[in-house]
Amino acid sequence: MSRLKLVVACMALFGLSACGESDQVLTYKQGKYQGKTDTRAYENEPLAYGDAKWTKGDRASWESQIRTRNQAQNEYRRAP
Amino acid sequence: MARMKFLCDAERCIECNGCVTACKQEHDVPWGVNRRRVVTINDGVPGERSISVACMHCSDAPCMAVCPVDCFYKTEDGVVLHDKDLCIGCGYCFYACPFGAPQFPQAGAFGLRGKMDKCTFCAGGPEKDRSEEEFRKYGRNRLSEGKLPACAEMCSTKALLGGDGDVVADIYRERVLKRGKGAEVWGWGTAYGLPGGGQKPAATGAKS
Repeated sequence: MSRLKLVVACMALFGLSACGESDQVLTYKQGKYQGKTDTRAYENEPLAYGDAKWTKGDRASWESQIRTRNQAQNEYRRAP
Repeated sequence: MARMKFLCDAERCIECNGCVTACKQEHDVPWGVNRRRVVTINDGVPGERSISVACMHCSDAPCMAVCPVDCFYKTEDGVVLHDKDLCIGCGYCFYACPFGAPQFPQAGAFGLRGKMDKCTFCAGGPEKDRSEEEFRKYGRNRLSEGKLPACAEMCSTKALLGGDGDVVADIYRERVLKRGKGAEVWGWGTAYGLPGGGQKPAATGAKS
């Protein structure tokens, strides 16, 4: 009888072991981005080909390039 | 610089799905995932309108607020991006997004969801810019090449505008003044806030 109790107790313990809840995120910080850092677009060299021109690391020149490129979406400027 | 924004002109969209195709092709987006799609309202009846919808890169992005693992971040240009290495595919962002932008590829049997995928404003992700890994996870990084989103640049009628918010607004303003109608911009109030510092304008029946 005691052996049966022991077996039942062991089975119950084994069954309950699946109920444990482990953290899925190792270091959880509320409301803070936790991923890898990203480089900024203007920190890249312009492509060797194509007409995009800016100075690497200079945000103003990259913005100027983006604004110029944006005007290609304005058909009033493209076709007089 | 202002922040990056999308604007879809419902007066011009002809539901050609060129933007959808451009996005799919540019980023090699897998089957079943649509980062951008065209929605038609009142299809087949007079007054039918179509709009191209994707992540609008909201000013106060609800997806960022609800993510339980905080995998979202916002770039200096206002582009909302996420780290797929952190994403657990819970789907909270999908429920929170007013535009239905987050997409989930099927990752296994029984409808198992994979990591979230969405429009990146062609700005890639946190992996090394223009690297093979970045392309595989997030698609091409056109901003780092001095270009703008492929969908907007490919739009044949220029209904979809994308880029610097100020420039985009100027282009649209000039267009509206020339044609004298269709000043309503779909989704801008929801994504970028209402004019007048969040004060809700009086109901006029116009689109937000």
